[in-house]
Amino acid sequence: MTDSKQPIIQIRNVTKRFGKVAAVDNVSLDIMAGEFFVLLGPSGCGKTTLLRMIAGFEVPTEGQILIDGQDMSRVPPNKRPVNMVFQSYAVFPHMSVADNVAYGLKIAGVGRGEREDRVKEALDLVKLGGFESRMPDQMSGGQRQRVALARSLVMRPKVLLLDEPLSALDAKLRAQMQFELSDLQDEVGITFITVTHDQDEALSMASRIAVINKGEVSQLATPSDLYEFPANRFVADFVGSVNIFEGKLIIDEPDKAAVDCPGLGKVYLNHGVTGPHGADVWVALRPEKMYLHVQGAGKTVEAAAKDAPEGHNFARGVIKGMSYLGDITLFEIQLESGAMIRVSRPNLSRHDQEDFTWDDKVSMHWRADSPVVLLG
Amino acid sequence: MALFARTPRAPLEYAKSLWMRGWVLAVMLFLYLPLFVLMAFSFNDSKRNVVWRGFTTKYYAKAWENDQLWDAMLNSLTIAGLATVFSLIIGSMAAVMLWRFRFPLKSAVDGTMSLPIIVPEICLGVAFLVFFSWIGWPSGLPWPFNLTAIVIAHITFCFPFVTMVVRARLATFNREQEEAAKDLGAGEWQAFRDVLVPHIKPALVSGALLAFTLSLDDFVITFFTSTPGTDTFPVLVYSLVKRGVTPDINAASTILIILTVLLTAVALKFQGVKALADAH
Repeated sequence: MTDSKQPIIQIRNVTKRFGKVAAVDNVSLDIMAGEFFVLLGPSGCGKTTLLRMIAGFEVPTEGQILIDGQDMSRVPPNKRPVNMVFQSYAVFPHMSVADNVAYGLKIAGVGRGEREDRVKEALDLVKLGGFESRMPDQMSGGQRQRVALARSLVMRPKVLLLDEPLSALDAKLRAQMQFELSDLQDEVGITFITVTHDQDEALSMASRIAVINKGEVSQLATPSDLYEFPANRFVADFVGSVNIFEGKLIIDEPDKAAVDCPGLGKVYLNHGVTGPHGADVWVALRPEKMYLHVQGAGKTVEAAAKDAPEGHNFARGVIKGMSYLGDITLFEIQLESGAMIRVSRPNLSRHDQEDFTWDDKVSMHWRADSPVVLLG
Repeated sequence: MALFARTPRAPLEYAKSLWMRGWVLAVMLFLYLPLFVLMAFSFNDSKRNVVWRGFTTKYYAKAWENDQLWDAMLNSLTIAGLATVFSLIIGSMAAVMLWRFRFPLKSAVDGTMSLPIIVPEICLGVAFLVFFSWIGWPSGLPWPFNLTAIVIAHITFCFPFVTMVVRARLATFNREQEEAAKDLGAGEWQAFRDVLVPHIKPALVSGALLAFTLSLDDFVITFFTSTPGTDTFPVLVYSLVKRGVTPDINAASTILIILTVLLTAVALKFQGVKALADAH
């Protein structure tokens, strides 16, 4: 990590239009040196266009991009101090692994001896030592990605750009690469900017995330802030799974608030939300933030005397759907209002999944600080 | 029980069907019997070359000593070589242009490009004859400059084939590879040389082969653009055949066939290996 807290990348009011469509709409972002920054958003939201503008493959219609304080408006991609790992990896198929990694150094005119040392160092870094003479068609997708990584890292860029780096890998490898990328970033201390549509990927790797929707930054936050304090319905819904209920703000004081939701009933909070009284708001409640229990006796789970402990919110319903996912079980519950809510429950013992079944009458409760009130 | 009388055959086991084998044999005979007859009769010990009179190789020696045949063969190979080189350059450049850039009247250019493939050869031939006499193309130049008109005509109908083959190959190019090269510091030209050219190499090989063979055996257009002293092999054979087919023509043709087959085999082998390596 570099200690200077000067932004390595400054994106100033950047707009990119393709014809009449604004793929990126007046985006301003500061990315600090040493950050693992993630641009997260659904496909077609403009995140890749933004990345390609940093790399220089697209030119902003309006606005400026500065890398290390220098305006990049007139700098072509081959002169920028950034390197990119492409979604398809774009490993050169007619070159050996060593030639692939050495390519940029050769263009830069680095001498043979230094070139060989740096290629070896880069390949060791991505754990591909000994693969020098392999051809890309003799390698797996994961290995080819490592070649692409080494090929970029060997250039010692100020910023490494990664376009959907894990999307083509299978689930196990993806999880492993998430850790490896984080470690790698720690080791080389280069700023990473990654584009992804996968929230797990973003949450696990990022130091900060910018959620992009329709070409605009929806929220810029750390992973946990993004998940626990989403700024709007789009972010709450896109990052993780969530129940959203529309309602009216009926109480809003510094230390308490209440929202009357036709679907969920009155929801009480132990903090203020500073919204206009009587306004239309939305209550977002994550499935894992709720406790589930049966109302009456006769089940393996002990029936609660009351619906909820003191100071908790509660609601009642009937289990309409269940899906057992191993680590958790996901319940679809029809509330008394007829609305559906999702509740997840960790399977803490090996028989927890047998506690509930279809058509069980249940009640669920959650803490007063669990729901998030969204104004937009 | 009749249903199970025969062992059922898998859908793709064509080779097991006698009927199918017979059909394939018939097609092969239809395609290649004339060629085999030509080759066989090059060893026929007879001047008239109609009835088989015994084995000899003397017509190969005779063809070897025939200066006229040598000259024609040299003309043919020179024209084919030059036409191939120029078709390759123009054709691949046209392909890259059509693939890479957007410009006004692009579809018109695209269509015009393939015109020489569509227009009947006889029309092209007459057109060249008229055109070259209209602009007063000099004749009687020393060799090899007397071949220029034929070479130009050959380039015209050869390069669209190169364009076609190269464009097909370009369609499979991953643009991210070119961007990766630039991202690593390569300029426009370096990216072209290091990434795009290796990708289209198999197409360049097959395009060159196509142009070479097309030029080598062209008769119609060459006939209309040839002047005294520029007879190519096909044109010479035509004029000789008017006086009767002699075995030395058979012999020369046989050598040409063998050369072409060898050339194709070498090119295919080269291209096959490359294409496999480039598949990813």
